[in-house]
Amino acid sequence: MIGTDARVLGRVVPAATLAITMLGLSITGGRVSVTYAQATPPQRASSTALPDTFGFGRPATPDAIAKLDIDVMPDGTGLPPGSGTVADGAQTWGRFCRGCHGPEGEGGSAAPLVGHDPSGRPLTVGNHWPYATTLYDYINRAMPRTAPGTLTPDQVYGLAAWILAKNEIIADDAVMNAETLPAVVMPALGRFVPDDRRGGPEVR
Amino acid sequence: MMSRSDRRTTSRGRLTRRALLAGAAGAIGAAAVAPVSGQQAIETTRRPGRGPSEIDQRSPFVTPRRAPSATSSRTPLQDLRGTITPADLHFERHHGGVPEIDPTRYELLIHGLVQRPTLFGLADLKRFPSTSRICFLECSGNLRRGGPDTLPQMVCGLTSQTEWTGVMLSTLLDEVGAGSDATWFLAEGQDAAVMTRSIPMEKAFDDAMVVYAQNGDALMPGNGYPVRLLLPGWEGNSSVKWLRRIELADRPFMTREETSKYTDPLGDGSTVRQFSFVMDARSIITDPAYPRVIEPGWHEIRGLAWSGRGRITRVDVSTDGGASWHAADLQAPVLPKAHVRFRYLWHWTGGPGEIMSRATDETGYVQPTWDALREVRGPRTRYHQNPITSWTVGSDGRVLFGAERLRS
Repeated sequence: MIGTDARVLGRVVPAATLAITMLGLSITGGRVSVTYAQATPPQRASSTALPDTFGFGRPATPDAIAKLDIDVMPDGTGLPPGSGTVADGAQTWGRFCRGCHGPEGEGGSAAPLVGHDPSGRPLTVGNHWPYATTLYDYINRAMPRTAPGTLTPDQVYGLAAWILAKNEIIADDAVMNAETLPAVVMPALGRFVPDDRRGGPEVR
Repeated sequence: MMSRSDRRTTSRGRLTRRALLAGAAGAIGAAAVAPVSGQQAIETTRRPGRGPSEIDQRSPFVTPRRAPSATSSRTPLQDLRGTITPADLHFERHHGGVPEIDPTRYELLIHGLVQRPTLFGLADLKRFPSTSRICFLECSGNLRRGGPDTLPQMVCGLTSQTEWTGVMLSTLLDEVGAGSDATWFLAEGQDAAVMTRSIPMEKAFDDAMVVYAQNGDALMPGNGYPVRLLLPGWEGNSSVKWLRRIELADRPFMTREETSKYTDPLGDGSTVRQFSFVMDARSIITDPAYPRVIEPGWHEIRGLAWSGRGRITRVDVSTDGGASWHAADLQAPVLPKAHVRFRYLWHWTGGPGEIMSRATDETGYVQPTWDALREVRGPRTRYHQNPITSWTVGSDGRVLFGAERLRS
């Protein structure tokens, strides 16, 4: 069947296109889809004009969005109510974190989080994290490793406070909440530069 | 020679296959079984084979395997001959394990700077105009500098190629009415890492896809079943698997993966390259390679080349450690942002040699040496390492990884 189609197609499509279709997946009813992705990206269906909308899917209610919209941005957008102290964080650290990250955050089976070496050896929150809010976002979504997403906002704020204090970025009596966490200026903030690789002969 | 006890015969007076094989093996030692010319070609015709089955399996004589670690598994590049990676051998890199997702309860949420925040079920996504595209996917941490006994799989087996099928992300964004003020979008997975990356909207309207099929079949669980993002040519981590949410915004979200990970400390000791998405051109010889032992005579040097910036235009091969280079043949079709096969016919006369490949892409970028990379980036860049690699060939024919080239 495919052999027959290929002969038919062989008269009308370029060799390269034929070679792709011979991978066997874009021949339908003896007709080849010439909008095949490899030809000229970007690839939009071109056989008929697209409707303004297809009407597929269902509207997402504010409740449905709130359930999943857990991200936190550098300006604090997304941070929930709650707060935590360095001492609160020390307690939570002992229960959930020290086993992998070490008693003082020096690292273990998981990455070190505490360290000030400005040359970045090793890479830590103290020398390589540009935004304090990323601590909240990441701990809340992905930690602790064996039970991610189970910490309360107060526990996450406390852990952020403890990690920041250990890195000597905030004072030991600081309290982290939706206002104070985004205000923390991280040592690594000014270090990040956009990718300047552009292809071409120069290696960057 | 066969001993008397090996001379087991059938009722029709012929030697049995087992007796023949045992005798042959005994004659040349246990290391190899010498073929008895033509015997097998007759034997398999003497009884019916197995019937059709619901799903095929590889021959028991063929056992390609990924090389798994705690967080990844590497494609056996040395065992593959084409450009499409079988789905069950596609590399994996996970950050929170492989979730088991019920497709009937799966939904993709698109919200943020859009006119119509929408939830799409799997069936909804499949109703949109579909697109298929062959492209590679490579982890940006895809270099291991092992010793001489390093397989191609271990050097850079975190790259694979697939025919992906899905819907263009631009189609979905038109459907929800993407705001013109949106400059970035967040892609979020529903794995235990709840993986998140910020992606520029330019990529969304260029060639980004939301895919649900891998080589025509449903995605494998380790590659995002039921739905993943696909960003052709970009580092694998940004093609978020198990995609549950896309949020449009007017700035990047600065997630952990795009700040503390997947960023590149540069040689000046103070700056860190961020949002370094594109995979630069690269190649590797997959045969002959460790652990092969070759004989003098003709050998086709074969390998893969690819670039995240477009088409590979040229692959050069050296058989003298880079002193001279020769253009290799490229196997058509040469697709943009895709693995391409190259080959170069080599007559090995038996002396020590070193074979290596160097890819050039349509932007004019030439795959650099390790030393050149180190010179411009310093010693601490972990991702986006795409150096020329080599295999040394000893006078005894043993092929070993050219570890010395990556030593500094």
